[in-house]
Amino acid sequence: MANTASAASAPQKVSLSRVLGPAHVWALGVGIVLVGEYTGWNFAADKGGTLAALIICWTIGLLYTSVAMIDSEVTSTVAAAGGQYAQAKHIVGPLMAFNVALYLVFAYTMLEVSNAILIADTIKSYAGEGFESWHYEGIIAGVIVTLAALNYRGVLMTLNVNFVITAVAYLAIIVLFFSVQPWSQGTVLRLGEMVTPDNALPYGWIGVIAGFHWGIWYYLGIEGTTQAAEEVRSPARSLPYGTMAGMITLLVGASLTWYVCASLMPWQYLGYTYYPLLDAGKLTGSKTLEYMMFIATILAALASANGCINDAARAWFSLGRDRYLPTWFSAVHPKYRTPYRSILFLVPIALAFAFIANLGQAITFSILSGVLHYTFMSVNIVMFRNKWPLGSIRRGYTHPFHPLPAIVLFILCVVTFFAIFLGYGAQLTAMVVFYIVMSLWFHFYRYRYVRRGEQFTMPWPKPRGY
Amino acid sequence: MAKYNPPEQSRALQWIDIIFVVAAIFLALWLPLQAGWAGVSRAIQKIDNPTWEALGQTPAQVEQWVKLGFADAAAAHDIIQNKFDYSIDWTQLVIMAVVIIGYFVFLFKASDKEYREVIDEKFNGK
Repeated sequence: MANTASAASAPQKVSLSRVLGPAHVWALGVGIVLVGEYTGWNFAADKGGTLAALIICWTIGLLYTSVAMIDSEVTSTVAAAGGQYAQAKHIVGPLMAFNVALYLVFAYTMLEVSNAILIADTIKSYAGEGFESWHYEGIIAGVIVTLAALNYRGVLMTLNVNFVITAVAYLAIIVLFFSVQPWSQGTVLRLGEMVTPDNALPYGWIGVIAGFHWGIWYYLGIEGTTQAAEEVRSPARSLPYGTMAGMITLLVGASLTWYVCASLMPWQYLGYTYYPLLDAGKLTGSKTLEYMMFIATILAALASANGCINDAARAWFSLGRDRYLPTWFSAVHPKYRTPYRSILFLVPIALAFAFIANLGQAITFSILSGVLHYTFMSVNIVMFRNKWPLGSIRRGYTHPFHPLPAIVLFILCVVTFFAIFLGYGAQLTAMVVFYIVMSLWFHFYRYRYVRRGEQFTMPWPKPRGY
Repeated sequence: MAKYNPPEQSRALQWIDIIFVVAAIFLALWLPLQAGWAGVSRAIQKIDNPTWEALGQTPAQVEQWVKLGFADAAAAHDIIQNKFDYSIDWTQLVIMAVVIIGYFVFLFKASDKEYREVIDEKFNGK
């Protein structure tokens, strides 16, 4: 698909580069998400206890397995930058697409902010007394600006870097797991003494439901693999393989993480700390493991922020390309073939929120947009199958058991909305009001600048029922 | 259906749109922080002169607290006793449900209207 280098003024055609393979897709998805195992998931223990965090890990794993299955089918068929935005545009309609792009930009930008804050907090926790506020803010700014520059420079280099640092951060979890002799409870790990019948579910089942809110953080962002759809050499092969491999990687990593952390920390501390894996390293008594987890925490956050900049910029770029936002954003860099204006535009927004929000708040903003997004996906797949039944168009991948994954996804999204209500109900309502205002603005004003038929770019037959 | 030709947007109007979107994003993210909505309902249930036993910690758990730098029960008190309140405000729950359901209903209905125009033009009404 071609794009103008400066869509508003110059006629030169420049497109995004098709240079990525399944490993890059894996690196993009896992890279964004892996930080959730270094921080965030453990707040589910705060909400409902350590056992709740495990129940949530697997239940939310089911939610994300549904997301990955659904996404693999739709994206391997609608292979365009913007991922779910392009899906919504072709399946539901322009207004939904506009909203989905905003969910993506919000979720990824706030996730990027969370990562920058986490890096600064982690360094601060080891820095000692000479560490002042300008050091802290300098680290946040340095992370965001440096990674934006890397993204500006090219997608291949960006995701090669992500592949390496994600692999190292994941390997650190495996090394930690085997170092604490998981086969020999009582040597280092003491699960039975940390999680007792009295403290396993301190708030009962309402605590488990409340913890769904943070459980999202175990896997939030895996669906970002689809943002690379226009830059992979073989979307029909790479996207399902990369996404499903990523999901398996994360399910294994999340379970190992829970087992190690739950066996080393009282649940109240597990729910309190920003660095559960780093603390786990510390509690082993080995300085090598402690420093390894310190470095891995920073690498995981860097990989996530890097992938988030990549994804948020592509969603924003897609909005400009379809004229949903000013076409100025749809520019592709003539040399680096990246959506450079969108990358640069989102930098000050990320910086501003990195300085005014704390980690918990930034994560919540990201989660809220993510859950709205998954709710859309559960309906989207049903509409996709109804409008183009199996056999009517070529699909790169067909997910099994339809509509079961869609139903599971929808039910778990409703439960998660309730979980968010238990902690952040007013914030959720305020954010939905924002999306309503933006929807009214788009539907009654902005849409007049959008070409109608040209939005539909797939070589498909007319949808059934239209 | 006749092909729809959108009006060209002037550069000034493009900038106004950008400013509107950015302002809306900032308002949506900043307002809850400023209004104090971005937080959860919880409170510290204070225990005077706390001991590890009073805080419900077993010897194995105490050992880990100490390794983590909490020398005594008083240091860990605020973390252990910071409890959530999961009582449900039904009015707020109903408002939230109505807002979310109303939002999605509008979204799907308005999207469908726009989508029909897209399909009509793309397939020339055939």
